[in-house]
Amino acid sequence: MSQAAATSAVSTDPSRRARLAEFWYYFAENRGAVIGLVFFLFLVLLAVFAPWIAPHDPVAQYRDAVLVPPVWQEAGRADYLLGTDAVGRDMLSRLIYGTRFSLFVGVIVTTLSLVGGIALGVIAGYFRGWVDTVIMRVMDIILAFPSLLLALVLVAVLGPGLVNAMIAIALVFQPHFVRLTRAAVMSEKTRDYVVAAKVAGAGHGRLMFKTILPNCMAPLIVQATLSFSSAILDAAALGFLGMGAQPPTPEWGTMLAEAREFISSHWWVVTLPGIAILVTVLAINLMGDGLRDALDPKLKRS
Amino acid sequence: MSVILEARNLVRDYHIPGGLLKKAKTVHALKGVSFSVEQGKTLAIVGESGCGKSTLGRILTLIDPATSGELLIEGKKIDIAKGDMTPEMRRKVQIVFQNPYGSLNPRQKIGDILMEPLVINTDTPADERRDRAMTMLKKVGLTELHFNRYPHMFSGGQRQRIAIARALMLNPKLLVLDEPVSALDLSVQAQVLNLLADLQDEFKLTYVFISHDLSVVRYIADDVMVMYFGEAVEYGSRDEVFADPKHSYTKTLFAATPRADVASIKARLAKKRAA
Repeated sequence: MSQAAATSAVSTDPSRRARLAEFWYYFAENRGAVIGLVFFLFLVLLAVFAPWIAPHDPVAQYRDAVLVPPVWQEAGRADYLLGTDAVGRDMLSRLIYGTRFSLFVGVIVTTLSLVGGIALGVIAGYFRGWVDTVIMRVMDIILAFPSLLLALVLVAVLGPGLVNAMIAIALVFQPHFVRLTRAAVMSEKTRDYVVAAKVAGAGHGRLMFKTILPNCMAPLIVQATLSFSSAILDAAALGFLGMGAQPPTPEWGTMLAEAREFISSHWWVVTLPGIAILVTVLAINLMGDGLRDALDPKLKRS
Repeated sequence: MSVILEARNLVRDYHIPGGLLKKAKTVHALKGVSFSVEQGKTLAIVGESGCGKSTLGRILTLIDPATSGELLIEGKKIDIAKGDMTPEMRRKVQIVFQNPYGSLNPRQKIGDILMEPLVINTDTPADERRDRAMTMLKKVGLTELHFNRYPHMFSGGQRQRIAIARALMLNPKLLVLDEPVSALDLSVQAQVLNLLADLQDEFKLTYVFISHDLSVVRYIADDVMVMYFGEAVEYGSRDEVFADPKHSYTKTLFAATPRADVASIKARLAKKRAA
């Protein structure tokens, strides 16, 4: 397999398949990234097939089984593999369904802030002048607010709920992408290959998005994976403050917040959603690292 | 012989905006340079760093506008500040940069780099683009195998060949070479210079060769222009300039060129021993 991939990495076949094989060859060199990817795919499968995998309804309350510990502990029950919470809801089912919300929040928030941030950042860095000044001052104003406070204000204006929380978080995260993109574009813009493309007749749009932008992607990918995890955390914080996902939605952050009072007495109610968030964030960060290595030709071995 | 490129009194000023504590000032990078180049000839522009060589190169390549003066390409006046920049004009002038490590997009495969000018300027079908890029790749001494590789997999000399191939994809009349060999080591310099000479014969190219290396200039140039602080202090045919330098700066420049032939080394050693 690696033999075939190695030869295809330098083949003259430009087809999509060969490119994919080449990408995979470099991605697979990084074991952490592969583990992260496998776990991420596992999460995606969980999220998609949640109704078939979860043993119970995530919002059903079993009054005879309140705060049952996980099965391997004393008094654990086989019915509730990871125990139940304060109102008798099955933890495992809630965690499985929670995957949906967390991934949804991460994907939407990252996409929104990445796309908006890249567009604004490229324009600011490419045209400079007053366009740059206007965009960057607005971003500075957004950055001047404590991020969670601004998100809170936005949600208060838009009304509580998961979707509004996501929009608010995306807006709060956007300036980081704008700054990163602008800085990268400014340093790439004066390089000779950009001038060469200009001499070849490339227009503004082509120069911005086809010539310069691909060379600025590496820090953006890392920032995107980081903000994927921060988005999950911020959505959880908003849920905790009653402004994000509303109970009984089985969102991990909201679960964490609901279980706050049981930290010392019933560890599993707090620990399990926490572990879920931790492992997810870790997997995504590992994957992002590998992605950057595979997408950056400068790091490839010839 | 038809005149491909003519410059009349080109001036370029850079305005440095003042701040709170310093006054705004103007740097005169070019102070009225005139010359003309005939088809198939090579004009070498020589001078120390900061004398306006590259500024001139950028004006000739239509990247930056001149502050004043006229630039005529094939007898047609062109002023990019006024926006009379057509794709046809673009295709007539191309440039090869000094640093082969910065002039190729690291995200693009060699094939895409070569095909990009065709994609932008022409509506050649994909197959034909591919064929033409392949042909050009072979012409500059690389093989089909290199088509799908990235720039970082190549040495400096190979990259410069790729940059030359890219510049030639649109069949330009005029090629501005901005110190194309100064970043390369000597043996590779010779290879690239020979390649340039071959291509000039084959495509009837006109070169504007910017350099600070007099031995390279002596090898490749037909005409020589010596620049000093934004002015052309000497302009004439190669033999004229080399045999009988008139301006004091040109004389200093020639005197400063290290000589590496056996006789001069022996003379230098003898002098050293005597001292």
